[in-house]
Amino acid sequence: MTTLAGTGGLARLILRRDRWLLPLWVLVLALLPAQTAVAIDQFYDTPAKLRDLYGTIVTTPGLRAMLGPVFGATLGAITVWRAGLYFTMVGLASLLTVIRHTRADEEAGRRELLGSTVVGRHAPLAAALLVTFGADLVLGALLAAGMVGVGLPATGSLAYGLSMAAAGWTFAAIAAVAAQLTDGAGGARGIALATLGVAFALRAAGDTGGSGSGFGWLSWLSPIGWTQQTRAYAGERWWVFALLAALVVVLTAAAFALLARRDVGAGVLAARLGPAAAASSLGSPLALAWRLQRVALVSWTAGLALLGGLIGSVANSVGDMAKESTQLKDLLERLGGEKALSDAYIASAMVIFALAAAGYAIQATLRLRAEEESGRAELVLATAASRRQWATSHLLFGLLGPAVVLLAAGTAEGLTYGLVGGDLGHQLPRVLAGALVQLPAVLVLAGIAMALFGLLPRLAPLSWAALAVAAFLVLFGPLLRLSQGILDLDPFSHIPKVPGAAVPATPLLWLLVIAAALAAAGLAGFRRRDVLSTA
Amino acid sequence: METAISISGLVKTFGPTRALDGLDLEVRTGEVHGFLGPNGAGKTTTIRVLLGLLRADAGRVELLGGDPWRDAVALHRRLAYVPGDVTLWPSLSGGEVIDLLGRLRGGLDPTRRRRLLELFDLDPRKKARTYSKGNRQKVALVAALASDVELLLLDEPTAGLDPLMEAAFRDWINAEERARGRTVLLSSHILAEVEALADRVSIIRAGRVVESGTLGELRHLTRTSIQAELAAPPDGLLELPGVHDLEVDGTRVRLQVDSERLDEVLRHLSAAGVRSLTSQPPTLEELFLRHYQSDGASADGQPRKEVAR
Repeated sequence: MTTLAGTGGLARLILRRDRWLLPLWVLVLALLPAQTAVAIDQFYDTPAKLRDLYGTIVTTPGLRAMLGPVFGATLGAITVWRAGLYFTMVGLASLLTVIRHTRADEEAGRRELLGSTVVGRHAPLAAALLVTFGADLVLGALLAAGMVGVGLPATGSLAYGLSMAAAGWTFAAIAAVAAQLTDGAGGARGIALATLGVAFALRAAGDTGGSGSGFGWLSWLSPIGWTQQTRAYAGERWWVFALLAALVVVLTAAAFALLARRDVGAGVLAARLGPAAAASSLGSPLALAWRLQRVALVSWTAGLALLGGLIGSVANSVGDMAKESTQLKDLLERLGGEKALSDAYIASAMVIFALAAAGYAIQATLRLRAEEESGRAELVLATAASRRQWATSHLLFGLLGPAVVLLAAGTAEGLTYGLVGGDLGHQLPRVLAGALVQLPAVLVLAGIAMALFGLLPRLAPLSWAALAVAAFLVLFGPLLRLSQGILDLDPFSHIPKVPGAAVPATPLLWLLVIAAALAAAGLAGFRRRDVLSTA
Repeated sequence: METAISISGLVKTFGPTRALDGLDLEVRTGEVHGFLGPNGAGKTTTIRVLLGLLRADAGRVELLGGDPWRDAVALHRRLAYVPGDVTLWPSLSGGEVIDLLGRLRGGLDPTRRRRLLELFDLDPRKKARTYSKGNRQKVALVAALASDVELLLLDEPTAGLDPLMEAAFRDWINAEERARGRTVLLSSHILAEVEALADRVSIIRAGRVVESGTLGELRHLTRTSIQAELAAPPDGLLELPGVHDLEVDGTRVRLQVDSERLDEVLRHLSAAGVRSLTSQPPTLEELFLRHYQSDGASADGQPRKEVAR
């Protein structure tokens, strides 16, 4: 096959270019689960404690939404559950690797340089997939070895390693298809990431209700759901791997078929021409910011509204499920009855909304830094637009955007919860309040991003680290029995669990003051500092 | 107002690097001023200080009678800027970017916009993502040249253009901008471009302006190298003033000559009968080297030392 000529050489080139990045994510994702197993083993060192933890997970929909289902009260099964996000992260790393070595290269013109040498037209895609598939396989093997190394059963470890590799393979193949569709790497990355996001949302929605809720089938629409349904350490279901393998084969074949139909540099979806002149509204920094931010705002709003609607519609059945389970009866009574359990379920979903909204807030605010680094900010700031005007044009999305996102998520959740339960007028305002009460904590994260941008621009990406720490503390802090002093550092820990709890005004006002102070400090810092660009 | 830009003793440091080291620059209103220097000499840093994007560490900077840091917004209404490396918003079309930048500056002349698009042969409907480096530069140039401003700050504006477009750009500056009396600060590392356009030139090196004046005044800095094949061996070349590094190999001659003495040398050569002749204009680097050598110092400004081993 001459269309594959040069694949080996290109694969070596990819390995050379990624000689730091590739081993980094492979090693980190391969070794962290064993580390997790050791940590869990230390905290929950008896079967009874493990059963308690299992009970907590089963009764906490928010934990299942975030990390996935749990299939057993053994150390292995709980480790797989706890490391549930890594399935998505392997998918993410594989997806980005494939796009980086296919469409991004093509867009930068490097593909053309290679195309003029002895390289077949299928070779660049084949090489990118070969390397990524290989990396995922190594990751799976190391992971399995590590799990066996900390004393977990070999069969389960094999299934776990394979399921992580399969997650990587699936999203590598999805990226391979996405890379054929658009003529820009940004667009291809967007399509692949959106697929990953939808897969995650479907799995999260399906898993919140648990298997008996009638919504469990939703996670079967998601390849991430499939990887977890292989049930490592809990009666492995090997046939699920056949599903994953079939999906990878079909997607890979589709990618090569699309590749054969298009020109180098072009996408299957034709590049559309834009207007020859700007609409009369496009004449201010704010209009430009709207143009640059609207797609992200609409996507986040729609995505969270969808998730909210799904969670709201299963919330009523949570109480019923618990009623049937003798294991949960005590817990239920302690919490104050069925309705209280549904409320607690709704309230715990709010944490997920809040974290997602904070992610959006940081992304929208750090658009300032991206514009600055690329040199595009310079174009605007060299005109009669003031620094304050330009900075607030994007900051507005970081501050008001999360309000829109939470409003949509809360409304959708309240609507479905109220409609299914038959008391819409009562439930909608309660649920909506639960979503909106998260806003002050979300704004603190936006404030941190703005302060870093204005005062320490090179450290602006640390905003994401702040979110990661906050998410970790609010999700796992109580589970790990961390001290209250540490938990108090997390803005999300000051948000009352609504519906259910009362809303004290003081902490919320304090959070708003902190957020405003951080944003103001960032704005003031930016007006005093040099505009930096890498160009 | 006599001067559009007046800078004295400007210092700008980035960490340990001293990007601008006491720079002086004066640009008169209505002139095309060439800002000439090798890459990394501090041209872009100077322009970014003039735009109020960077804050000066020391020195006095006056732009159109104002302070570029304090009065940035008011001053930016009266100037247009083309960066050396243009990045655009991938999802906007070229036409949208041109209109947006024009409106942010406070106005665009539709007739000139149309003429410039034709001149540069630019399709404004394409998304910026699909433009090459040269086309992105054209977008920024059209936006700047079509706007109603007094001052143009152009940072290596032809770096990505092909020779045809470079010529179109030069014609436009010489015909349109001169006629309109706009002040242009044109940074470049290409001597020929500055020669073709500028009324006056400032040469920057290592963060300092080392020469400033009209091209005629700077002519003493330039030297042309000549290789010729003659009909007969030449004589008396060595005695001619302004001839350097002469090598004669039978009828073959290599030499360098100060540009102001070029005429005499050519007359002398043609007297011997010229079979073939190639000449090379001096490169910028040679020019600097010579400039420093004539000062009795080496290229890095240090006094020359004998090296013995």
